[in-house]
Amino acid sequence: MDSPIIELKDIRKSFGPVEVLKGVNMTVYPGKVSALVGDNGAGKSTLIKGLSGAQPYDTGEVLFEGQSVSLTSPTAASRLGIEVVYQDLALCENLDIVGNMFLGREEIYHGMLNQPEMEKHATATLQSLSVRTMKSVRQKVSSLSGGQRQTVAIARAVLQKAKVVILDEPTAALGVAQTEQVLALVRRLAAAGVGVIIISHNLADVFEVADYINVLYLGTMVAQLTATATTYNDVVGYITGAKTDHTPLEEVVS
Amino acid sequence: MTTDSDKSTNPPTKAAANTVAASPGTAASSLASGHEGTVRDQIDSYLQRVRGGEMGSLPALAGVVIIAIVFFIATPFFITKTNIANLLTQTAGLMMLSMALTFVIILAEIDLSAGVTGGLGMAVFILLTNVTNVPWVLALIIAFLVGVAVGTFIGFFVARVGVPSFVVTLGLFLGFQGLNLVLLGNAGAYRIETPAITAIMNKAMPVWASWAMLVVIVVVSLATGLYDRSRRVASGVAVRPMSLLWARVAAWVIGGGLVVFLLTLNRSTSVLPIRGVPIVVPIALTILWIGTMWLDRTRFGLHLYAVGGNPEATRRAGINVSRVRMAAFIICSTLAVVSGLFFASQTGTVESSAGRDIVLPGVAAAVVGGVSLFGGRGRLSQAAIGALLISMITNGLGLLGLSAGITYLVQGGVLILAATVDALSRRRSGSTSLARA
Repeated sequence: MDSPIIELKDIRKSFGPVEVLKGVNMTVYPGKVSALVGDNGAGKSTLIKGLSGAQPYDTGEVLFEGQSVSLTSPTAASRLGIEVVYQDLALCENLDIVGNMFLGREEIYHGMLNQPEMEKHATATLQSLSVRTMKSVRQKVSSLSGGQRQTVAIARAVLQKAKVVILDEPTAALGVAQTEQVLALVRRLAAAGVGVIIISHNLADVFEVADYINVLYLGTMVAQLTATATTYNDVVGYITGAKTDHTPLEEVVS
Repeated sequence: MTTDSDKSTNPPTKAAANTVAASPGTAASSLASGHEGTVRDQIDSYLQRVRGGEMGSLPALAGVVIIAIVFFIATPFFITKTNIANLLTQTAGLMMLSMALTFVIILAEIDLSAGVTGGLGMAVFILLTNVTNVPWVLALIIAFLVGVAVGTFIGFFVARVGVPSFVVTLGLFLGFQGLNLVLLGNAGAYRIETPAITAIMNKAMPVWASWAMLVVIVVVSLATGLYDRSRRVASGVAVRPMSLLWARVAAWVIGGGLVVFLLTLNRSTSVLPIRGVPIVVPIALTILWIGTMWLDRTRFGLHLYAVGGNPEATRRAGINVSRVRMAAFIICSTLAVVSGLFFASQTGTVESSAGRDIVLPGVAAAVVGGVSLFGGRGRLSQAAIGALLISMITNGLGLLGLSAGITYLVQGGVLILAATVDALSRRRSGSTSLARA
């Protein structure tokens, strides 16, 4: 068992009088897919926004590769290698795939964009993810399907040499075939050694792709399960609050 | 590559990725870059992009050709050496303004004050030269700085305060008309006493300089083409067939050569000969070239288009969006002063009403050329072609002796037609997928 890449310890976050995260612990391992599930309002988004630096936690400790870090801004998170692929994808439709993958981190040669090198690296990154559904890296994103856009967004994170990629509802808007493609991509991402956190409402997807399943219920981490050692009904039970007891993940994996 | 199946969870080996990356452009590569294949493949993929709604300046260019043919048939005066020279100078001011506006239209913003900003810059210029005897070069620099200041003002209110650009610039549009009246007085017309300024629009370069200009254009076109090619070869990515570059150079030689040849013939009807390319042409082309390089090849250009396409995504990518917006407004207002300079040079006077009526034709020219008011799409060359098209209509209908009323009606119709083409092509590019199933 590898050492965890991210460990969250007793994370708390309040918005005024409302306590959204009530001492959450979570562990993410490199090369594994950790799913984060929970009903609306359970605190999934708040937990992720803290990890991405967009909305820092009030108290609690974040260990990144064993070191205590402070995630105070998106730049700080990005510098550590934590990348978020948002649900609304955050791509510019009017730019091509290369432009989107390098936006904000362009390669420059003599003051000008180094298009040939960017093109080469974008192509290599997409090919390392075994992406074969796109025709040209110079296609505009507006001409891509939902699954392909998701792929570009994930490839963008990979290109930034992300160590942890957080995927927010990556399959929510996709059809069956495209969902399969994206889930396969998520597996390849983990196989390349990246720690993946995936948020999803679709438990079928979660069971297909995840190694570990973390369940949030009203701001508390009620279960940390190994996907192969649990059942669909158990997870639903934890999500809805019908089931509360569980074996901590630490005991399961040791 | 054995990881063909989507279900495969095998980690892709580095070696495999490198093998494919090292041989781009071959049939084995699954990801192209649009540079592969023969001339025939290139033409095919261009046609496919056009069908997919990425028409670029094609509709406007077609418009220019059609209008040229229509007026050529309708009046014998349209394609004559005198009229071509007139057309170029008549276009210059409008073209500069539509290029200025393109920078903010790409951001889906607008600058209604661009015309009167040009007027304001010229009012400052004329007061400095005619009243206080400041050297004209210094006065011109100060006029441009007025443009920079106005752009900074607009940019501050739009990007930092969050006032819609329509409102800020409408306010300035009204305010600067007043300011120009205050500065120049109610009688409001000063004659430009600087020969160098009036020469821009009213004098031509010597014949040798006209040809030299064409040589410079052809050499620059060839050199950038060869440079890009060598960079792509050095990176080991696919390159377009060499014949396409030769075709581009040949187009410049033949097209440019024809225009320069006509302009170097004597077009005077009196004893004093007038020949050569108008001085404004190389100035306008240089600004067009620098602007295009900036938009196409620099980080700033990419960020400008990115903000126009999706400001939120651009912000998340760590880009300072408000700085990009500020810069766009500053460039727009500064180029607006250049356009004001062209207009003033054309008439030889600076009036307090300068630039009042020109901003909407400027927007129309950009839109007709294919710059999208929705933002994120459009090139400077498209704005220039749009301005040429609008000027050709004005010029041609004038030659036919039709009233100004008809001219406005036709211009309006062309604008609506162009905007419709834009809207339809957007719908198309949104729905068509070039992806493999």
